Amino acid sequence: MMILHRVYISPDKVIVNGKALELTEKGSALLTQIYRSHIGNYPKFFKMDTLCKLGFVASELLLNAEGNRNFEPREDRAVILFNRSASLQADTNYQSTIQDSENFFPSPAAFVYTLPNIVTGEIAIRNKYFGETSFIVIEENDEKLIEQNLSVAFQDTDTKSIIGGWLDCTDEENFEANIFLMEK
Amino acid sequence: MGGRNMIVSIANNITSPLGMTTAENYAAVKAGKSALKRYEGHWGLPEAFVASLIDRSNFTDTRYTIVEQVVIHSVTKALESANIDTASPRVLFIFSTTKGNVFLLDKREKGFPQERVRLGIMARLIASHFHNPNEPIVVSNACISGVCAQIEAMRHLESGNYDYVIVSGVDIQSAFIVSGFQSFKALSPEECKPFDANRHGLNLGDAAATIIYTRKDTVSENEWCAYRGAIRNDANHISGPSRTGEGSYRALKHVLGDIDTQIIAFVNAHGTATPYNDEMESIAIDRAGLANIPVNSLKGYYGHTMGAAGILETIISMQAIDDNNILATRGFDTLGVSREINVTNQNQPTEKTAFIKLLSGFGGCNAALLMTKGGLL
Repeated sequence: MMILHRVYISPDKVIVNGKALELTEKGSALLTQIYRSHIGNYPKFFKMDTLCKLGFVASELLLNAEGNRNFEPREDRAVILFNRSASLQADTNYQSTIQDSENFFPSPAAFVYTLPNIVTGEIAIRNKYFGETSFIVIEENDEKLIEQNLSVAFQDTDTKSIIGGWLDCTDEENFEANIFLMEK
Repeated sequence: MGGRNMIVSIANNITSPLGMTTAENYAAVKAGKSALKRYEGHWGLPEAFVASLIDRSNFTDTRYTIVEQVVIHSVTKALESANIDTASPRVLFIFSTTKGNVFLLDKREKGFPQERVRLGIMARLIASHFHNPNEPIVVSNACISGVCAQIEAMRHLESGNYDYVIVSGVDIQSAFIVSGFQSFKALSPEECKPFDANRHGLNLGDAAATIIYTRKDTVSENEWCAYRGAIRNDANHISGPSRTGEGSYRALKHVLGDIDTQIIAFVNAHGTATPYNDEMESIAIDRAGLANIPVNSLKGYYGHTMGAAGILETIISMQAIDDNNILATRGFDTLGVSREINVTNQNQPTEKTAFIKLLSGFGGCNAALLMTKGGLL
């Protein structure tokens, strides 16, 4: 297995292939700043929850680093992400809509994000990836365990490359992405 | 098989409202029973719902949440017929769940630390209950999790990373999940009717289900093999299925490879009984050249058991073939999808020994798993 490109995002830091991007915002405002300065033209971004925004901008930076983006449909690239908190932020947000029986307004727009794998779907939709998408929850950000799980994913004979790695978010201001593009 | 290892199921269990063992569950399903019931004012929800719920009063161990207890019961029962040492580092636990202990987010819930809502913490607790030294992994891939967890098990066994993988799926319903599906207008006001012209949505269900897999060089004709699995995305919409059945079709195409489809007894579909899901599956099944193969859905017996579904429905399907039976689709009467697929409305005999488990879920994900008895392909 070979890692071709890597993107790291924390609330105050963005690093692409070892090089820090010069950005001024922090927390969720940082994600919007990345979107505006490096991506744009995808208004669906503003509907996403923080985990999806994080995964979206991180994967965009990763794929921009790869270059030659043509958005042609493909089945040979998988998206397999890992984290500790699953969809905790969205879960907490949805719970607040049903907590009070006097003020009970369950929201389908909030409920849809209460699954961690929605972000893998957002990345697949953006890039027309028909390949494998998966989300795995582990308690520690253990790169060895992540790599073990990614290396076996190449047993699917159609899978030639994977967007994989860590994508965790506990609330709007606390998140971490450490994702990479790898080949068999 | 060209020297390929076979991934063999050596033990299993279903813990559900229809029974605490696989045998009890299969007997109930074969007899056409269901635990679907209408609940009014349940959990303080303003809207009534129909669901298949486990009697919580049977689970009284205060150290563990109801979710954890149901999983522990299922794994314990599966282990009774498998001669393995769960304390060995050669054994891995893989869990499959969508919402785990999410009910603990409700501020009215007392008695368990809030961190138990984290799936990795729950998984560690269960693995350590069985003295297992490995970090457990939790597949949380919406409604396809149960098949994804089995595919993950196949891969770890094939690679030689472990000798046994205990795959256990669970979801236990709560106000959180039911109100969410209600807000989506996805729930049927009556017992669900998969693939039927008068289907009006899904029912939710509680269950845990466990399969223990190992790797073997050769298999006997009575042993079940997880032959090939695939996960594919629609790349279309996060909460609506593809109009072309793209991901399900591609998953089916991959697991079928170049095998003769005539060996397949049936496709056990997701068949949630929502208008869009069943329509999408009919397109995928037809496109994959399986329109003449019997198709069934088990949602009319269990409701949609979410993280447990892929494992529970694989076990029931293995039991059915062991009994030379293709199960009826409870709730189905008149075909209500655009493609002429062969949905079963009664139990029927079969001599065939392979089936496909098909699932799809939010996030545009789809999974298919080809199971073969005796590995004779």
